[in-house]
This record gives sequence, structure tokens and C-alpha cells, in this order.
Amino acid sequence: MNLETIVKELNLDVRCAPENLKNNVTGGYTGDLLSDVIANSREGYVWITRQVHQNIVAVASLKDHAGIILINSCEPTRETLEKANQEKIPIMVSGLPAFELTGKIYNLLGKKDYTKLL
Amino acid sequence: MKITVSSTENNLYQDSFDIEGGNFNKAGIVSTSIKSILKQMGLAAEVVRKCAIVCYESEINVVSYARKGVVNLTVNSETVLIEVVDEGPGIPNIDQAMQQGYSTADQKIREMGFGAGMGLHNIKSYSDAFNISSEIGKGTRLLMTITISNIDKK
Repeated sequence: MNLETIVKELNLDVRCAPENLKNNVTGGYTGDLLSDVIANSREGYVWITRQVHQNIVAVASLKDHAGIILINSCEPTRETLEKANQEKIPIMVSGLPAFELTGKIYNLLGKKDYTKLL
Repeated sequence: MKITVSSTENNLYQDSFDIEGGNFNKAGIVSTSIKSILKQMGLAAEVVRKCAIVCYESEINVVSYARKGVVNLTVNSETVLIEVVDEGPGIPNIDQAMQQGYSTADQKIREMGFGAGMGLHNIKSYSDAFNISSEIGKGTRLLMTITISNIDKK
């Protein structure tokens, strides 16, 4: 599943790097502690967080995340957007809190695997 | 296999990278560069992943606490050596600092999602060999060794 599908299904607002919405999503990780995300997330994951400062771009870039989704309508800072555009990391915004958004994305990604089994 | 720290022979790559203390705008730049270099060298994804984690955590520590620091990267046929030396306050109690959850980070650092007391713990657990030494008022030196898998050679 790519980011574009997730954006459409969950009605996310894309804030930058729309050209990279074709990025394949292999899983997801939810967290606001950067050390936790660095240690436990994987390449191709979508990262769900409420952190909006520019260091999230370095983390996502270092871990080759497919993109970052900000929860609770949090907006990225100007510096974050500039960096994310440079690094080509899509940042999307959702009005949902982390628990609900994570559940919905988990189900979307799971649905894909389920279809595969059929 | 014995891991040699002072290996000067058969080095495939050697370089140094400066880290600016206190500048969170640039935090992660050195780690990202090192990760690209290791990736381009064709090292296994898991080796690159471990190096990226230990580099990033070390870089964040220098940015958070020290005036400046340097990362010395050495890659030979068997290991990636990452040495991080900073000029900073030093760590009074290393055993305490190594404990997961212990942190001296201020509110500003914590608000950004750093300072959870996971950094040194992550560095140790993702390194195949880890050494830390520190002198109060001078600085801290970390040495991380990541072993390159020999599977391909067998």
C-alpha cells in the first residue's frame, strides 16, 4: 500500500513533498520519543507523532520512513516543512488523536495482507 | 573473532565529522551523512541500521550537552568503528547515565522528544562492542564497534 491510498482513505492533509506519496508503506510506528522511534521503527514505516519540530525530519530521513503523519491537527513548523521538502519526506496532518489514527492505519495495512491471503 | 580498535591496516574508509553543540537545527546531519556513506559502500542493511542508531544517539548527546564534538568513522573489512569525542561537562556517574530512563536533560530538550534516558542504553544495545570514558569538565568519549557480517564470505 502506498501513502496516497492512506491519504485518500483517511482524508489526510498533505503539507509537503506530494511527489513522494507513491512511497510504499510497509508498516507504522507511533511515538513522540525520538530515541524510541529511532530504535524501533523500520524502513518504509509511516511515523505517527505529535512532534512538529524539524528534528522529526532527520529521524524520518535516517530511518527511511515513507512519511510522517501529525495527529490532532498539529501543524509542522516552517523549518520542518523546508527540511522535509529538501529531504523529500511527505508530512501529512490528521485531525484524529494518535490512538484512533494508528488503529485506522493498522486496519488499512492489515486489510492488504488479508486480501493477499484470499 | 577479535575486534581490534586501533586497526590502521586494511581500512576501507576513514573520515571525521564535526558536531556543533547546542544547535538542534543541525542535529542529525552527521548521522545522515555517515549512513549514506555506509549504504554506498554496500554494507548489509542491518549493519547500516545499527550504525545509524548509534551515530544519531551520540550526535544528539553532543548537541544536547557538549560545546562541540567529533565523530571519527573507520570502516575496515570486519568492523565499523565509530568514535565520538566531545568537549563538554563530562559524566559524573557513568553507571547511572547508562541506566535506561535516567536523564539530566532540561525541559527544552525533553519537549522535543529527547532526554528520555534511552540514548546511551540504545547505543550500547545496538553496538557489538561499546566503551565509554569521561572526564569531568573535559568531555566524554564513546567508542562503538559494529561487526560486519561474515555470512557473505563463507
